[in-house]
Amino acid sequence: MAKNKTEKNWMPRWFYQLASPRWCYDITGKLLPAFSVLALLLLLGGTVWALLFAPADYQQGNSFRIIYIHVPSAILAQSCYMMMALAGAIGLIWKMKVADMVAKACAPLGASLALLALATGAIWGKPTWGSWWVWDARLTSMLILLFLYLGVMALHSAIENDSTAAQSTAVLALVGLVNIPIIKYSVEWWNTLHQPATFKLTEKPAMPAEMWLPLLVMLVGFYCFFAVSLMLRLRHEILRRERRSSWVQALVESR
Amino acid sequence: MSKMATNEPARRRGPSAVGVFRAALKRDLLLAFRSKSDLVNPLIFFLMVATLFPLGVSPEPGFLALLAPGLVWVAALLATLLSMDSLFRADFEDGTLEQALLSPQPLILIVLARVLAHWIMTGLPLTLMAPLLGLMLFLPADGMGGLMLSLLLGTPTLSLIGAIGAALTVGLRKGGVLISLLVLPLYIPVLIFGSGAVQAAVTGLPLAGYLALLGAMLALGVVLAPLAIGAALRISVSG
Amino acid sequence: MKFESMADFIGMGGHGLYVWLAYGIALAILLLNVVQPLRQTRQLLNQQARRVRREKGLS
Repeated sequence: MAKNKTEKNWMPRWFYQLASPRWCYDITGKLLPAFSVLALLLLLGGTVWALLFAPADYQQGNSFRIIYIHVPSAILAQSCYMMMALAGAIGLIWKMKVADMVAKACAPLGASLALLALATGAIWGKPTWGSWWVWDARLTSMLILLFLYLGVMALHSAIENDSTAAQSTAVLALVGLVNIPIIKYSVEWWNTLHQPATFKLTEKPAMPAEMWLPLLVMLVGFYCFFAVSLMLRLRHEILRRERRSSWVQALVESR
Repeated sequence: MSKMATNEPARRRGPSAVGVFRAALKRDLLLAFRSKSDLVNPLIFFLMVATLFPLGVSPEPGFLALLAPGLVWVAALLATLLSMDSLFRADFEDGTLEQALLSPQPLILIVLARVLAHWIMTGLPLTLMAPLLGLMLFLPADGMGGLMLSLLLGTPTLSLIGAIGAALTVGLRKGGVLISLLVLPLYIPVLIFGSGAVQAAVTGLPLAGYLALLGAMLALGVVLAPLAIGAALRISVSG
Repeated sequence: MKFESMADFIGMGGHGLYVWLAYGIALAILLLNVVQPLRQTRQLLNQQARRVRREKGLS
């Protein structure tokens, strides 16, 4: 046993501790307040900066201010998918329950962020293009990303057994992860074929610092928010799955 | 199968990889030929979907010719999807699938044979029937070659990706609708390049690039999809 | 400060509807992502507490 332990030392200790739902519940409980405060400050500050102090775009006017939520939510929706697939893979390979729970928590969060990116993109499209929806490459790939999230969620809810559902969705998420670059490439290619030289939403030759600095603040704020929401969902999932265990019982009784 | 095995070195026990593949393919094809409806239904569906568009949109030849590449491809995609649900279901219900999972033969080969059999029973007939639909939708004669070539290269990829969805949902009662949800987004690149190839053929542009991309996707699918299908089957059957 | 007056700020140079709609939807979705897991957790804990009480009452 001891020998076994030394052999496995190439993995850091926290990696094994992460595998314990209880440890994970405790550590997220400690991290949550800090991240919540950070997310709140960054998002509030970023919003005030974006709405009041950032200059208006010389072409798009004030509707340009939508970029400060559109871009962060779009970036986050994509990184969330990556995280879901990676967590799913970790769950598949090391049979780590907490990784399964993280993957499950990612799906609705990522779907809502993809929805936000789509909604803000559509709203932005109205003053820029004159219509609520344009088959722009980025918007279309975001729509497909939303479909991928919805597929993962549908599969998860269709399978009753928690561990089977986690493994199945992990396989699906990994297949999706392999497909995302292909989808992105094909959609971009299709777009250039059908709509040559459209006005791109987020491609500015050079954005001045006073424009992209608030964007950076909002992006970091969105990441912090993502961490907060993910931890909240993860904690709920941990409690749900461990509801029969003694430490959750103690937690319930001590309330 | 035994004939193949004897050609292999004596130290290897049991059938060779090619032998396993052949035996599985033969069995699957035999089973598929015995149930004629599984063979014919997707084709009828394919034809019906193509009939709906002139009725629903407009029978005007110029207009239909413009839509035809996309329409034939969407119809082929939906027909493939329709046939996907039954891919592993019968084997799952009578326990054959479990035996295949337990057998010492590599699962990837068995799965690949299954998908190939499925393609021979749906994708290939769809490809052969496509010119008929092209005629009904007034696809210019120049586009026929592109249509058939793109379907020939694209439908195996559709079968491979669809099989992942079928494997993930094989143990579920309401698998049918779920497969479409899981698989349709993954079909989009094939659809884009497939109908792009037909459009290029119609306008007289070179086809090779599109066909190369479809071929690349097929190659990627042949390598990676069986792994995913195998893993999904193991999860579905054991869970 | 890029705006002269409050009305100017709300109007956003004619794009007020779009900007405020986008920020409103963002606020709604972000809030939902915090409130929903918190509510679910509270429901779960209440449910477990009821179960514990019930089982204690039986024994």
